Amino acid sequence: MLAAGYLQTFVDEARELLERIEAGSLALEARPDDREVVHQLFRAFHTLKGSAGVAGVAAIASFTHHVETAMDHVREGRVAVTPALISVVLSAKDHVAALLDAALGGGAVDPTAEPALIGRLAGIAALAGTGAPAVAPVAAPREITDFLITFRPIRTLEVEPADLLDELRTLGQLVVLAGPEAPIWQLLLTTERDERAVRDAFLFVDGSGELEVEAGLRELIADEPGSQPPPGPVAARTIDPSPEATAAPAASPARAAARTDATVRVSSERLDQLVKLIGELVINQSRLHQAAGAHPSAELAGPVEAMARLIGDVRDNVLGLRMVPIGTTFTRYQRLVRDLCGELDKSVELVTEGDDTELDKTVIDQLGDALVHVLRNSMDHGVERPDERVAAGKPARGTIRLAAAHEGTHVVITISDDGRGIDTAAVRRKAEAQGLIQPGELLSEQEAIALVLRPGFSTAAAVTQVSGRGVGMDAVKRTVEGLRGTMSIASERGAGTRIRLTLPLTLAIIDGLLVEIDRDRFVVPMAAVTENLELGRTERAANNRRNLIAVRGELVPYIRLREVFAMPETTDDYEKIVVVSVEGERVGLVVDRVIGSHQTVIQPLGRFYRGVDMFSGTTILGDGRVAMILDLPGTVRTGARHQEAS
Amino acid sequence: MTTASSCSYITFKLGDELFAIDVVRVREVLDLSEITRVPTAPPYMRGVVNVRGSAVPVVDLRRKFGLPPADDTVHTRILVLELELDGELAVVGGLADSVHEVIELATDQLAEPPRIAMRWRAELIQALGKKGDQFIILLDIARVFASDADLLASAAS
Repeated sequence: MLAAGYLQTFVDEARELLERIEAGSLALEARPDDREVVHQLFRAFHTLKGSAGVAGVAAIASFTHHVETAMDHVREGRVAVTPALISVVLSAKDHVAALLDAALGGGAVDPTAEPALIGRLAGIAALAGTGAPAVAPVAAPREITDFLITFRPIRTLEVEPADLLDELRTLGQLVVLAGPEAPIWQLLLTTERDERAVRDAFLFVDGSGELEVEAGLRELIADEPGSQPPPGPVAARTIDPSPEATAAPAASPARAAARTDATVRVSSERLDQLVKLIGELVINQSRLHQAAGAHPSAELAGPVEAMARLIGDVRDNVLGLRMVPIGTTFTRYQRLVRDLCGELDKSVELVTEGDDTELDKTVIDQLGDALVHVLRNSMDHGVERPDERVAAGKPARGTIRLAAAHEGTHVVITISDDGRGIDTAAVRRKAEAQGLIQPGELLSEQEAIALVLRPGFSTAAAVTQVSGRGVGMDAVKRTVEGLRGTMSIASERGAGTRIRLTLPLTLAIIDGLLVEIDRDRFVVPMAAVTENLELGRTERAANNRRNLIAVRGELVPYIRLREVFAMPETTDDYEKIVVVSVEGERVGLVVDRVIGSHQTVIQPLGRFYRGVDMFSGTTILGDGRVAMILDLPGTVRTGARHQEAS
Repeated sequence: MTTASSCSYITFKLGDELFAIDVVRVREVLDLSEITRVPTAPPYMRGVVNVRGSAVPVVDLRRKFGLPPADDTVHTRILVLELELDGELAVVGGLADSVHEVIELATDQLAEPPRIAMRWRAELIQALGKKGDQFIILLDIARVFASDADLLASAAS
């Protein structure tokens, strides 16, 4: 069997192949004539089988062989692309995923699953024997060879290893089992070219190392002389296979355009560790800055400024590393909607927007399940069955829109459907029955809709297997609030429901404006600040409780934070107003004085301060004091409530 | 250190009452340093304090236990605790009027708390101990912090 390092690498590579298989299958279902996708699917299963064989995971190798055979029939045009075929392929993908988990020692595999799948696959293969081809093959069948390449560098190479790998990628599909950071490279290349072409790629390093190219595959044995598993979790990998060098006419333009950018896979733990270090760096830089300010020195001033700038750049870069486009999770939801359509006998199209919108990886991970639940709710309770829809004058096929976009310092994710909307009367009845509200209690439409977010709520007449007891929506809300976000629902009877999640862009480090109120320090998120003004005593008094100030010709409301914080009135003649933009509106915040800019790590407030919505966290200042970070939407809400109460 | 029959506890006072917490839960005991207040927080939250670069929330245990408010003194301490709350490990501070020694109590020195006639809700109290003349109230400290509500027995009825 294989050394542990190889196995993990194989599993990581395999999981990515599976993701591509799922995306490809769904794409093929939408466009059954797309031959290029058929070829991609075949290649993916072929590579999966090959690398499983090399890694010694016989169970996966033998199972994927069946799928590869079936896909071979499809690409030869002997079998048509049908929904039944897609379902089998997707189920096969699920089965391989389970086998991968089992290979790593986690999770059991249903022993009846495989024979059933093999049976279905055999059924498809049997169709191939039925005479005339279902679809004329677009191009002549391509001969594919797998090469196992072993390369041991002896001297420093004249070319960059990454370039060499890119060169190999132009020949076909490359899987890196052990990359250039290991003492011996082990590569798996699936290509239509011959051995000569493979060796030619290594021409420039001829003499700098020992090269072995074997056609066909064999199992990699762990105790080979000199072989070592790749160090740690870092390995080079391809993002997408490049198109074959011998380009056969494809039925559709290369949608999977060759992106041969070299990437490095880094474990999340390493990234988190890095962010933590950056945080400490930022704190200490802030202390240095403060100390330098206290002891002005011409020699210190330059380097201290340079440090601040450099650390800011490093910080931005590191935080950027954690940003992942949300589109990576959208495929999962396509699959979910497809499966639910089958289960619920409904027809729904999931339209996604803003796939490129980037979010902190931690946020995406935590949101994943929450979004699944919102979608399930939408499918189960929102979108009607086709006959109901047609009767209501709607198209039989429902639409769910999943959109992500940046809005200032936040990301807004919207999930909207064109279903039946929330029946507020039923919601009220249910809430009354559950004791969540008093009988006859007066609620606005919006408040009634918000009842759905209360813990323990459910309007499902029968608890369906799909979305359960409605424990989801309040859990979703908690997840969102745990990420310092907000959630809102809008709904119109007969037209649909829209759920809006607003989340901060980054959880880790903040650029803030440090202010002082009653000798305590507070941080205002810099990204939202538009300007600073002065508020004199006479003007304050003159305002006569109306708390409005003219800013460049416009009247802007302001919040007296001392009042909201229950602090005594100020004795100073002058205060400052920091004007911020919150959800598109400008609001002024009255503080004693503005100290300056400050960047540092956000520490979450924790469960004890869950009900406090004015603050999103705390930060440690250069002098060791703790400063509260204002949550602007929460501050505005609290300020408004305070105003109403007085 | 725990043997089969006895446990170590840190004892502290709130008003006249002597309480005890399993030593394993207590990370450290700090002098009263600058606690940053958190405006609009519930009154039993005193604020947050910087413990070696981490902001730790501080609960005013006197208020939580419904005792009349009193000024901080030179004896006031912050007990920094490590508790499991909602399945997660949380670090939280509690204000004590004074902190006393670590004692060992054997299980045969412990008694069930009486159902009635206790000032505080029964589920917060693991047991009653006695050292010499003094009664010691052994707290289920995770429950104390987990509860947002009034800890007084009367409030529970």
